[in-house]
Amino acid sequence: MYDRIFLPKKITLENGETVYEKRSRIPFIIALLVIATYISIKVTGFELEILLKRWTEFFVIVGQMIPPNWQHLPNIWVPLLDTIKMSLLGSLLGAMVALPVAILASSNIVKNRFIVVLFKFLLSILRTLPTLITALIATFIFGLGTIAGTVAIFLFTLAYVGKLLYEQIENVDMGAFEAMESLGLTKIQAFRYAVFPQVLPNYLSTSLFCFEGNVRYAAILGYVGAGGIGLLLNEGLGWRNYANVGTILFMLVITVFIIENISEHFRKKLM
Amino acid sequence: MNAIETQLASKPRNKRYILMTSLLLLLLFLWSLSTINLREIETQGFSVAVNIISGILQPDLELLLTFNQQGVLYLLIETIAIAFLGTIIGAILAIPFAFFSASNVVPAPIAYVTRIALIFIRTVPAIVYGLMFIRVTGPGAFAGVLTMALTSIGMLSKLYVDAIEDLDARILESMTSIGCNTFEKIRFGIIPQLFAMFISIVIYRFDMNLRDAAVLGLVGAGGIGAPLIFAMNAYRWNEVGSLLIGLVILILLVEWISNRVRTKLVRGKV
Repeated sequence: MYDRIFLPKKITLENGETVYEKRSRIPFIIALLVIATYISIKVTGFELEILLKRWTEFFVIVGQMIPPNWQHLPNIWVPLLDTIKMSLLGSLLGAMVALPVAILASSNIVKNRFIVVLFKFLLSILRTLPTLITALIATFIFGLGTIAGTVAIFLFTLAYVGKLLYEQIENVDMGAFEAMESLGLTKIQAFRYAVFPQVLPNYLSTSLFCFEGNVRYAAILGYVGAGGIGLLLNEGLGWRNYANVGTILFMLVITVFIIENISEHFRKKLM
Repeated sequence: MNAIETQLASKPRNKRYILMTSLLLLLLFLWSLSTINLREIETQGFSVAVNIISGILQPDLELLLTFNQQGVLYLLIETIAIAFLGTIIGAILAIPFAFFSASNVVPAPIAYVTRIALIFIRTVPAIVYGLMFIRVTGPGAFAGVLTMALTSIGMLSKLYVDAIEDLDARILESMTSIGCNTFEKIRFGIIPQLFAMFISIVIYRFDMNLRDAAVLGLVGAGGIGAPLIFAMNAYRWNEVGSLLIGLVILILLVEWISNRVRTKLVRGKV
């Protein structure tokens, strides 16, 4: 299509032969991007002038966070641990449930097309629902508190790990699986000994990675009443007590840093 | 002992390590169970759930299909615009951060300090940034753009760094040996190696930003998030249904397109 509008460049070589060079698509792509940027600027009301004039306002709150209010520290421990527990429990359960769901969603293990399509569809719907919205719905069903947060994290982990896992399973070398089936092993046994060892390192690594991200997500979930440190954060922001917010953020960063380093250590080991 | 048995005997024995890890995991699991308090569950939870699901399954079609300032289509376009502009600004801002935290470009101490700064930027929740930016720009989509840009920097530069650290230095050395100057080395030696990876990373982040747009609604920073959360708090589940259907279709569509583009960029074919 594109080549028909912009005819290829004709080059005559020294030996008299003519060759055609296709026109680059870059100008077209750049034009599209510029148009998209222009429309976005119009829609969102982006104004560089305001940004240049008022960017110092951004640091007003940062300035109030420093120095953090260390007296607030004893109040933080319990919600912080709650946040970690929520994400740990949600990630663990989610990763465990993801395994059977992923098997049911991989077309090379389950031959029933209907089941495969159904589970793939369920996983994509779950994955596209924003975690915050799932958490909010969960608070209506399970009441305010850590359960709602755990459920939201569980569903997100299930969808995320499940999707990556079934893609892995579908790309696995099926030779060993077929050989074992032909020896008379059942499907589950063949999966356990032929496919599972191939996907295990990646499965664990994805789950750990998801857990890392979940700790960060769990911190926001409290904002909709789903328990954890987000509740305190919300309170601090609501009362404009930014020194307290500073303390919370500081502790959160340290926690995430530690968890990331531990999980990276184990993920490097798995690779 | 035949060949198979010798092979079996040479299998690495890490039973103790696996046992220890599993035990640790089990302990962590039991510890985290203490956060679950079943008495918190509201008794009418089940009927609420049924209400919600039936509401979502009967979406407000009028809201879904009309095109005005409150319609789902307009909100989706606004969300795309926020995510698009935010991703582009974040993508540009992340480049210097990435080079300053790549251990093969700058000395180790600088790289370490930049990494810690990045962890800080990444961990502060979007809600906090949103409030800070609303002081700058007032509530609305503009604040959303700036928040998206700032939250994107963290992940983008982390992925950029991986690409930079994988740079093939031999190409640069051979370019030096045939007399290229610094500018030529950057133009023909570094950019072609990084460009496709960077674009692929940026498209991936655009995907994620669309999904995170709901978060911005909490602080009044534009997009589909705010109407969604208002509708939920007012128990108008038909409206929630139509907003969610719009969002889910949009995200699936963008994800499909972005996957195709990224495969083409990285592997050269669809």
